[in-house]
Amino acid sequence: MITDWIEAGLAAATSDECIVIVRESTEANLRWAINMLTTNGQMHHRSATVVAIRRTDGVGHAGVLSGPVASEDDLRLLVGHACAAALEAPASDDSAPLPEPVVDADYTDGAVRTSIDVFADFAQGLGRALAASREAGTETFGFAEHHVSTVWLATSAGARRRTVMSSGKVELNAKHADRIGSAWVGQATTDFADVDGDALAAEVNRRLAWCENRIELPAGRYETILPPSAVADLMILTYQTASGRDAEQGRTVFAGDQPGTTRIGETLSSLPMTLSSGPGALPAPEFTIVEGSLPGLTSVYDNGAPAETIDWLRDGVLARLPYTRASAAASGQEYAFPSDNLTLDTGSSVTLEEMIRSTTRGLLLTCLWYIREVDIASLLVTGLTRDGVYLIENGEIVGMVNNFRFNESPVDLLRRASQASVAEGTLCREWNDYFTFTAMPALRVPDFNMSTVSKAY
Amino acid sequence: MAAGLDPRFTSLPLDALADAALSRAKVLGATHADVRIARIRNGQRLLRDETLESSTDATDLGIGVRVIHSRSWGFAAGITLTTDAAASLADQAVAAARISRPLSSRPVELAAEPVHVGEWVSPFRIDPFDIDDAERIERLVQLSRSATGPGVDHVTASLDMIDEHKFYADLAGSRTVQRRVRVFPQVEVMATSDGYHSMRTTNPPAARGWEFVAFGEGWDLDAEVAQLPTWLAEQVAAPSIEAGRYDLVIEPTNLWLTIHESVAHATELDRALGYEAAYAGTSFATIDTLGSLRYGSEVMTVTGDRVAEHGLASCGWDDEGVEAQTFDIVRDGIHVGYQLNRQMAQEQGLGRSNGCAFADSSGHIPLQRMPNVSLQPAQTEITVSDLVDRVERGLYVVGDKSWSIDMQRYNFQFTAQRFYAIEDGRIAGQVADVAYQATTTEFWGSMEAVGGPGTYTLMGALDCGKGQPGQSAPVSHGAPAALFRSVNVLNTQAEGGHA
Repeated sequence: MITDWIEAGLAAATSDECIVIVRESTEANLRWAINMLTTNGQMHHRSATVVAIRRTDGVGHAGVLSGPVASEDDLRLLVGHACAAALEAPASDDSAPLPEPVVDADYTDGAVRTSIDVFADFAQGLGRALAASREAGTETFGFAEHHVSTVWLATSAGARRRTVMSSGKVELNAKHADRIGSAWVGQATTDFADVDGDALAAEVNRRLAWCENRIELPAGRYETILPPSAVADLMILTYQTASGRDAEQGRTVFAGDQPGTTRIGETLSSLPMTLSSGPGALPAPEFTIVEGSLPGLTSVYDNGAPAETIDWLRDGVLARLPYTRASAAASGQEYAFPSDNLTLDTGSSVTLEEMIRSTTRGLLLTCLWYIREVDIASLLVTGLTRDGVYLIENGEIVGMVNNFRFNESPVDLLRRASQASVAEGTLCREWNDYFTFTAMPALRVPDFNMSTVSKAY
Repeated sequence: MAAGLDPRFTSLPLDALADAALSRAKVLGATHADVRIARIRNGQRLLRDETLESSTDATDLGIGVRVIHSRSWGFAAGITLTTDAAASLADQAVAAARISRPLSSRPVELAAEPVHVGEWVSPFRIDPFDIDDAERIERLVQLSRSATGPGVDHVTASLDMIDEHKFYADLAGSRTVQRRVRVFPQVEVMATSDGYHSMRTTNPPAARGWEFVAFGEGWDLDAEVAQLPTWLAEQVAAPSIEAGRYDLVIEPTNLWLTIHESVAHATELDRALGYEAAYAGTSFATIDTLGSLRYGSEVMTVTGDRVAEHGLASCGWDDEGVEAQTFDIVRDGIHVGYQLNRQMAQEQGLGRSNGCAFADSSGHIPLQRMPNVSLQPAQTEITVSDLVDRVERGLYVVGDKSWSIDMQRYNFQFTAQRFYAIEDGRIAGQVADVAYQATTTEFWGSMEAVGGPGTYTLMGALDCGKGQPGQSAPVSHGAPAALFRSVNVLNTQAEGGHA
């Protein structure tokens, strides 16, 4: 039993303190292109991360090692190597005491697994979609993935935690035979029970039909409706550059005017935006799991600490920034762990369809791609529109438009956004290989900067 | 240990595991089966202002079995290294292929490849994992101190180390064992008192060992780090660029990334055919234009290879058992070749695969991934000064920074560590807030001259991403300095609405 291995590992530790994390993962996937399945597979993986901590005058020196574990001996060996590494390690910048221990009632339960069978119903719908696409002379591409990880986390301070993380996604891309007209839909899921392949296919084909009329537009500033998927990608990027410590050091867009200060308390949007993350409406573990510190954002010393739901923006005002327990203590802030989900909500009940109907002339995007930072100080990013830019005239979609390269700062977009829709669960496009669960509104931006035309489709 | 296979890997029951999986696959009727057992060790150290901020060592070890059965692919992977478990993976892979069959309208066939048996080890002198951690940290502290100077508020120093062992066996009889070692040290300085500014070393990751990090073999890291405070101070004081058209003389330290994005990815055959259409994207360089597409000017010749010494994509055989090769991608400005794997080479009637299959672990399926893709230098010695001499009003571009390109590899935008003004054939001071933006064929068509062999440098990336599930691959790109005429240059402050 895995938890027995962990006890043996902790007992073998020679360091002052020790954290053991074992992750058992199973994964199944299907990939298709040009109306046929191209690859599939199922994978099983089990690894452990050991954080061995040596203390000198209370300051931690950590040896952090990860490796595959197929037996109790493997784990004991890994603990031994981590303890040896801790002896050599210099003082850690993010040193903190081990969190107060919590013991989960289901700690000794076994691993939960998935297999390719999870796609049984979806695959039937996919088969119908591929056949229909062949019949219609269009092409269908996409990917479906289901991933289940069971994590056990134990510390020498007595914490015994277990969580099961189940996540999946479907992406469906339909193209005209000339591959100019292109549409995309995506959905996040925990178990595929809520994935309706026929409905996804119908929606992507509805959008592909919008591409029958092709319109060329030049670069420039356009009134633009960013759909939830595009907003999710921009907010995730913002979230991941929001380290409180880095802001205090003048290294991010959230740096204050004065050295050592941040923009906490500043109004970033005139819309009543609340940006939050944590366990709750969207899936996320209830405790901190960090298998490698992310500088300024997460720390291995925080393993096992509560991961709470946090409002980063509240009513448009910057309320919190992520801090490790060490950086929070140094800055007089509270520990704020950035969980892997994100919700942006303004309380709006307006639908995306209503936003389209109220638009005299503007663009509706599908998603964004290849988003990269250009200027860290303003968080100016560049990227591309992808798989459907649609022209709205007098409340109706009248056709597809060429793609654009944009240059914009997500933080500046929050300031300029003039309307938001109801928040809904959405799958982001750019970062969905590791960030699955978001709920976002569509945002209307009166003057989105389409810097140049992209000839790509 | 240096320049050899690690006995801790070779002592695993590699042949027995392969025999178990392959024999089971054959009994089940597979027409092709391959087994990959991979151990990949990845270490990272990150210091911030001379203090250790993050230290990780992760090892991945597992086995993957891929089959063609019922003329479809099937794949399964696991971590249990017993013959029973290996045979079970063959069962699972065949079962997956059977599931695929009704949804696979085109039968999978592979281009023929001779049987290979052998060992290969990348050239390195000192295994970075053999160095005491205290010594590694001390080296990063030393570099951090060298990078400290007036106007420098923060310094980060990092080191990535990778040790990759792969065993490959297939039903045809190929059996290979390979080891590749690579390192990537980086130092960055930051100024925050007058807005945010940063300056990073421009050295590439290298298929070398500790000698690259500590002893200047392959790159004079100490000399570059010592200059960082000066370059940073110049950037802080630099005037903002006036947007417009400029001639660019681009150093290999920047041009490699433009090659990577606009040439190397664009000439992946799986992209051109549409297999990556929903994720990484397609390519404007479609197969119907092979042999006729004018990709760039006549001075543009680009090769693909998996043999360059210290190349990050170099190997003995790829992850489908194909021998490492060199081939032309663009010759005298014309697109003449794609990167291939065995399935696509066969599907398109292109003959033998040129050995561009790669999987980043035993848990992932080999994809068509890029080899080292390099722009060839002029045959005569043309220096950077010679190129700058030809420019009346332009920019000299050093080091990569921000990059973005569209899903057909047409429209791109890049920034750099440093842009210097060129005025009347001379390099003047730095200018700020610069990005260059172009369309691939227009950009390469504007390349008037390439530098000679003396300007050629092997650059590259550790973690090029592609595929679903996502995979990461190391790759090198060699380039000379080169001169481009009349390239669109943006002012990034104006783009952000702040000018």
